[in-house]
Amino acid sequence: MKLSNKFGFAGKQRIAVFAAITLLPLSSVAASQLSADRDTEQVQRGEYLARAGNCMGCHTTRGGKPYAGGRELVTPFGKFVTPNITPDNETGIGHWNEEDFWQALHYGKGRDGSYLYPVFPYTEYTKVTRQDANAIFAYLRSLTPVAQTNPPHKITSPYDNQFLLFLWRTWYFKEGVYEPDNSKSEEWNRGNYLVQGLGHCNACHTPRNVWGASQDDKLAGGEIMGTYWYAPSLISHREAGMGEWSVDEIAKLLSTGVTDHAVTSGPMATIVRQSLQYLSKDDMHAVAVYLQSLGEKRGEEAPRKIPPMPERVSRYLALGEPVYVKHCQECHGKSGEGVPGTYPPLAGNRSVTMTSPLNTIRSVLYGGFSPATTGNSRPYGMPPFQHIIRDNEIAWVVSYIRNAWGNFGSLVSPEDVDSSRGNEF
Amino acid sequence: MKFTVFILLVMVSSLVNAQESASSSVPDTLEQRVKPCTICHGDEDRAGRDAYYPRIAGKPAGYLFNQLRNFRDGRRYYQAMAILLENLSDEYLLEIAHYFSSLKYPYPEPTMNTLSPEETQAVETLIHSGDPERDIPACSACHGKALMGVEPFIPSLLGLPHAYVAAQFGGWRNGGIMRGQTPDCMSEIARKMTQEEVNALAMWLPTQPVTGEPAEAEKLTPELAQRCHTILSGEGFTQ
Repeated sequence: MKLSNKFGFAGKQRIAVFAAITLLPLSSVAASQLSADRDTEQVQRGEYLARAGNCMGCHTTRGGKPYAGGRELVTPFGKFVTPNITPDNETGIGHWNEEDFWQALHYGKGRDGSYLYPVFPYTEYTKVTRQDANAIFAYLRSLTPVAQTNPPHKITSPYDNQFLLFLWRTWYFKEGVYEPDNSKSEEWNRGNYLVQGLGHCNACHTPRNVWGASQDDKLAGGEIMGTYWYAPSLISHREAGMGEWSVDEIAKLLSTGVTDHAVTSGPMATIVRQSLQYLSKDDMHAVAVYLQSLGEKRGEEAPRKIPPMPERVSRYLALGEPVYVKHCQECHGKSGEGVPGTYPPLAGNRSVTMTSPLNTIRSVLYGGFSPATTGNSRPYGMPPFQHIIRDNEIAWVVSYIRNAWGNFGSLVSPEDVDSSRGNEF
Repeated sequence: MKFTVFILLVMVSSLVNAQESASSSVPDTLEQRVKPCTICHGDEDRAGRDAYYPRIAGKPAGYLFNQLRNFRDGRRYYQAMAILLENLSDEYLLEIAHYFSSLKYPYPEPTMNTLSPEETQAVETLIHSGDPERDIPACSACHGKALMGVEPFIPSLLGLPHAYVAAQFGGWRNGGIMRGQTPDCMSEIARKMTQEEVNALAMWLPTQPVTGEPAEAEKLTPELAQRCHTILSGEGFTQ
């Protein structure tokens, strides 16, 4: 009782204090366990987000160690080499902290404060929340360090000037985390966040001006810098706008790489394999909802009138028909109808008729499989024809399929075929 | 009445089924899936406009699996193959490797031996004994006594045309077949051989009839297994 008086505790309280002191070590164990769980959870979340942003796509060379960088990105401004982002102290980001990472992702600034080149899409990543950025950083920190020194960038003068980069940023870089549009659904906002932020879709699906800047966040389509592929507009119904698709079909294409009417090819097939197939069902649905809302509807627009074909043109197209019959018809069908889910139709295929014939030419030259994904693990494919038929025959057959069965597109010359060749690695 | 409706429904649904199977008449087989491969790789070796397309049928599955991954990952350099395989998984490539490995096509008839008896003697020594002085192992030490390869990673040397063997040696000597995959034992061995030896080997091998079976895996000496470990390590390979 004396004791209790001295400290002013009543009997019951004394027991409570005693219990607290005895249990303290136990509860601190529980707390550290809790924080360890939280760490693992954050790392897992970071892994998911790193995939959603496909960091690995650029920060890994063909067949190289994941995230160890070294991939060359060719642009009109020079050749950039992606850095090693494994936590190696000498060659990677071993000395970085969360704030350094945030500076890079959100502000486009290096650890030394220098401006980063927007070939690293911080123009989009700036929309990523701090919480997501921290999770990605925690994941990168959890990787096994890889000691790999990558060659330096080879930037063409005068673009190696930081002041020019400063001007570019003043003009074209809008810093700021994504702000939800409250007039839209939560799902739509999530989709917008993923497409325009972490997913950085408009790193490819946008026209770029002479300074390499994209056109805000409009996904209006454009040639992909440093590759010989055209990333179609995600707005226009003449290209890859999905305003008239169902949300489920959009989600299916992006998560499996193939639907009854469409397949992904070229760089998009790679994105599906490396990144999109791993999106959660909810996130993929959100992306599809957002993309559907972007796509314009054909609505009441009268069908495009196909002008009468001059004799010269129909003679040229007639050259393509036997090539089609011999090499393409077996899979794509007599009337270009394809086989649903296996071989895409060519009749009414926007990828075939869109203004740029580049992707169609490349598909004929190089062939390719749809990506092997969980939803389509044993894909069918198209043979490469670059060794089988000559450039003029490819020009004929591409011109033919762009204008057969109600299709309408410009003619393609053998020179177009030749200039569509490119070495990407 | 109910029964008539039922029968009608069955008829309609079977019609729908018939239509579905008519519109998707593509066989659900690997043979159909690998058409992009077989347009070039047929039942025999073939020279195309820009490249040589060896027959891949009947080669050991582990060897094919490794080559498919090497092409996809840029270690064995050929752009057309790299682009074609770009988005395929290891699991699918393994299935494709097993498929081609299981194909049995007849081998070409042996060619006439036009080498002199001395040259033939020299080649046969190289094949069966190698040249220890230059650290060249016997071909048969790795490719099997019958030169029919060793399952599952080492290919046969028989049934290959002269042009293919000569081109492969050229590739190894110039470092052109495998990039960045060191140590690559065949590059190292090919560089130790003279051009005359390579020519004679490429002439002699096609003169041999294809008989016997590939040897089993455990035949390699530890020393050679170490020397060629990159070829023998087929991570992810299963029978």
